[in-house]
Amino acid sequence: MTSRESSIMHHLEGMEAIDSDIMSKVLNMAQKYDYNQYTVRDVEGALEREALSVEDFAAVLSPAAAAYLEQLAQKARLETRKHFGNSVSLFTPLYISNYCENNCVYCGFNCKNKIQRGKLSLEEIEDELKTIAKTGLKDILILTGEARRKCDVAYIGEAIKLARKYFSTISVEIFPLNTEEYRYIRQCGADFVCVYQETYNTETYEKMHPRGPKRVFPYRFNAQERAIKGGMRGVALGVLLGLDDFRRDAFAAGIHAYLLQQKYPHAELSFSVPRLRPYINNSRNNPRNVHESQLLQVILAYRLLMPFAGITISTRESPEFRDNVIGIAANKVSAGVKVSVGGHDSEAKGDEQFEISDPRDVAAIHQMILSRGLQPVYTDYVRV
Amino acid sequence: MTDKLVIGGHEFKSRFILGSGKFSLDMTKAVIENADVEMITVALRRANIGGEGNILDFIPKDIVLLPNTSGARTAGEAVRIARLSREIGCGNFIKIEVINDSKYLMPDNYETVKATETLAKEGFIVMPYMYPELNAARALQNAGAAAVMPLGAPIGSNKGLLTRDFIKMLIDEINLPIIVDAGIGRPSQACEAMEMGAAAVMANTAIATAKEVSVMAKAFKLAVEAGRAAYLAGLGRVLDYKAEASSPLTGFLEDLA
Repeated sequence: MTSRESSIMHHLEGMEAIDSDIMSKVLNMAQKYDYNQYTVRDVEGALEREALSVEDFAAVLSPAAAAYLEQLAQKARLETRKHFGNSVSLFTPLYISNYCENNCVYCGFNCKNKIQRGKLSLEEIEDELKTIAKTGLKDILILTGEARRKCDVAYIGEAIKLARKYFSTISVEIFPLNTEEYRYIRQCGADFVCVYQETYNTETYEKMHPRGPKRVFPYRFNAQERAIKGGMRGVALGVLLGLDDFRRDAFAAGIHAYLLQQKYPHAELSFSVPRLRPYINNSRNNPRNVHESQLLQVILAYRLLMPFAGITISTRESPEFRDNVIGIAANKVSAGVKVSVGGHDSEAKGDEQFEISDPRDVAAIHQMILSRGLQPVYTDYVRV
Repeated sequence: MTDKLVIGGHEFKSRFILGSGKFSLDMTKAVIENADVEMITVALRRANIGGEGNILDFIPKDIVLLPNTSGARTAGEAVRIARLSREIGCGNFIKIEVINDSKYLMPDNYETVKATETLAKEGFIVMPYMYPELNAARALQNAGAAAVMPLGAPIGSNKGLLTRDFIKMLIDEINLPIIVDAGIGRPSQACEAMEMGAAAVMANTAIATAKEVSVMAKAFKLAVEAGRAAYLAGLGRVLDYKAEASSPLTGFLEDLA
């Protein structure tokens, strides 16, 4: 049997299955979510509420809320201010390997893509870290593709140990791990884990992930819980908006975070909001397309559902969009971004995962934040 | 004027303590001046020694630093952050914040008592942030706290003195300065806390979210001073005329005579 035919619900050998009811709850609620039933009254009700219920969140994500974007933004800005003041945290990603065994049809690292593959040596990693640290950044996100043979947990652990020498806050965006592996990389110095489900529609998920370990839906879904059990301080969630019905996917991610927070009240939660950019001239035809106003609606809905959660806005988005969203709802932005393997210190060793839309360096982002009356924050975490 | 706030042997003229995490760093000096504060609390996790945007670089040297253990989830973490704070030269004051709840940010009184006990023994001037609960406040006093900092409302909420009656119990029963911290949204609420007999008030979000940050800082200073003066003057009796009924319940005593 090839992996193409295997069920996406079946754990592969070595993958830890945990006992949790969050996945069935999220999938069930997402399936039942009928966003067309919400009216402007529901949205107005949500706007009046001090804290949003799950039903209010559903209304705020609905098409009916599109006409209330300004009011939602006003309310979101107030909440962001209350919880984060005018702080905007800065970080940058460092890709250390782009080897990958998955062929996610939307991804630049897809194993079928003929791109230059590479993996940094520990020496090269340290050189990259030093160069990034010189920009003043203290918060780093270490990324890899999924290829346990070429880029294993031990290697990632060594990279994290090196990063500890230069950075106060270390996050990872790597393939999902078992609880004990999360515990190990936490010991090495990583405290935050990002895992994006891409889509919560299992049929679409199956089509988008025809091969490779990523195909196993529940192993990915439960990664945040395993990370928290492994001692991580915080976890990030997200969907790749545009892969499937973005309202339903955003709803599912919100509920997923909401249930995680209830079960693990100490964990810090955050959202990322990557999207597939719509093709020009095709905007009216595909209901899955996510335009800026819809992306903003999703961001505002997350902020209002969980005013205390982090929201990160990546360089996939344009400077204009990012600059405005940090004043309203996002509290974290990347700067000086390279999405190739390495490339900060010397020439990149592997090709890019996607094309970035905001090439500004740390100094430029810093200035931009200041010019908007906000405060760039380099460190907001102390590891003890 | 002899009315001084004394915490851990240190005297303060100002009874307004400033929080620092929520406004722009280059505003810090102006806010301190307008609020006329002598003490400012700083999250150690925002300290970026020698780096960009180090909050400590923006605080004038004559202001007393009250480093806080924000980010600690357990007593052990709070203790380690406090020690780190002293090592990097932030002094002996420490505001203990132990928060195990990412949604409401409610302090964990139990862990806070444990951390207070350890740090007081190590010579810190410990100012624990707590949910106003009398038994926990007594435990903090016994553990060696130098002041107790009950919340008026959930942090950042600007909702004011939701816990008024419980804070009053602490003011009446605990033999330490009671400093109302968190939730104060307007100067009038700060004034009310001071009228009640709070020793001081702390605020950050209320000032940071104002349109004119410096002006609001000044408004808080004046409100805290007014409330303190009213407390010292002794509030007059406010007559409830219904209670002065023409046929008093005790009138029968006269008939007996």
